[in-house]
Amino acid sequence: MRITCPLCGARDRREFHYMGDAVYLDRPDPVAPAVAWDDYLHLRDNPAGETRDLWFHEAGCGAWLVVTRNTVSHDVLSVALADGIRGGAG
Amino acid sequence: MARLLVTPATGALPVTAGGMTLSLTDPGCITSLAPWRGAGMALSKALRAAHGVDFPDPGRISTSGTTRCLWAGRDQAFLVGPAPDSAALADHAALTDQSDAWAVMRLDGPGARDVLARLTPLDLRAQVFEPGHTARTLLGQMNAVLSRDAANGYEIMVFRSMTATALHELTEAMKSVTAQGGADPSPG
Repeated sequence: MRITCPLCGARDRREFHYMGDAVYLDRPDPVAPAVAWDDYLHLRDNPAGETRDLWFHEAGCGAWLVVTRNTVSHDVLSVALADGIRGGAG
Repeated sequence: MARLLVTPATGALPVTAGGMTLSLTDPGCITSLAPWRGAGMALSKALRAAHGVDFPDPGRISTSGTTRCLWAGRDQAFLVGPAPDSAALADHAALTDQSDAWAVMRLDGPGARDVLARLTPLDLRAQVFEPGHTARTLLGQMNAVLSRDAANGYEIMVFRSMTATALHELTEAMKSVTAQGGADPSPG
């Protein structure tokens, strides 16, 4: 699997660290109800299809990336710097 | 400024095998430049005025005489060679002296690419990784900065504490490539 880092170009998966669902970018308000925080911290979908995840280019440029990929076909559909993406909506 | 020596771990250098040489280099000062948010252009201007180099594009090296500025990551570059003109640069970037943090080696000779190809997942073909290009990548299990400055010449930077491991990995790969007939004859 190769991920095309917006800065470094196409790189091997070994250079990247997987963090989890890009919902991490959509942090609830500090005073949001407990159910919102529970959802944010613990409840994840497990889609057969497109998923948006956070990856860290740890052995490369050190950028956090939002990677959209398909868990069925294994296609990597898009890669963007996480910096500047608000609310995880991309 | 205190200068720690990498010599003990690199006492075996230079190592030669099959026309290739792995040698130790003294890069001079290595200073990390991390521009403050929005200050990239101002830093590049100040760099050009003070040291004759630009803040490089991703994966590139800006060179002026013996002064080099290597792209080293997102919003980061290494000024290599002279001591930094802190007065000119510090308003635009965080400067960190990393001179003693890195061991800098060179691998030269036919087959150098094949040796590195055994250790790094980076695409080393000439049409992708040309002379003048640099990359942060893996060398074995180590984070490294690889730069190509000639058709058969590479600079390898690893964290100083990993010098012995890097030396071992590179030496073994050099022996292996040599034992199996030397450089891959395909172009690039």
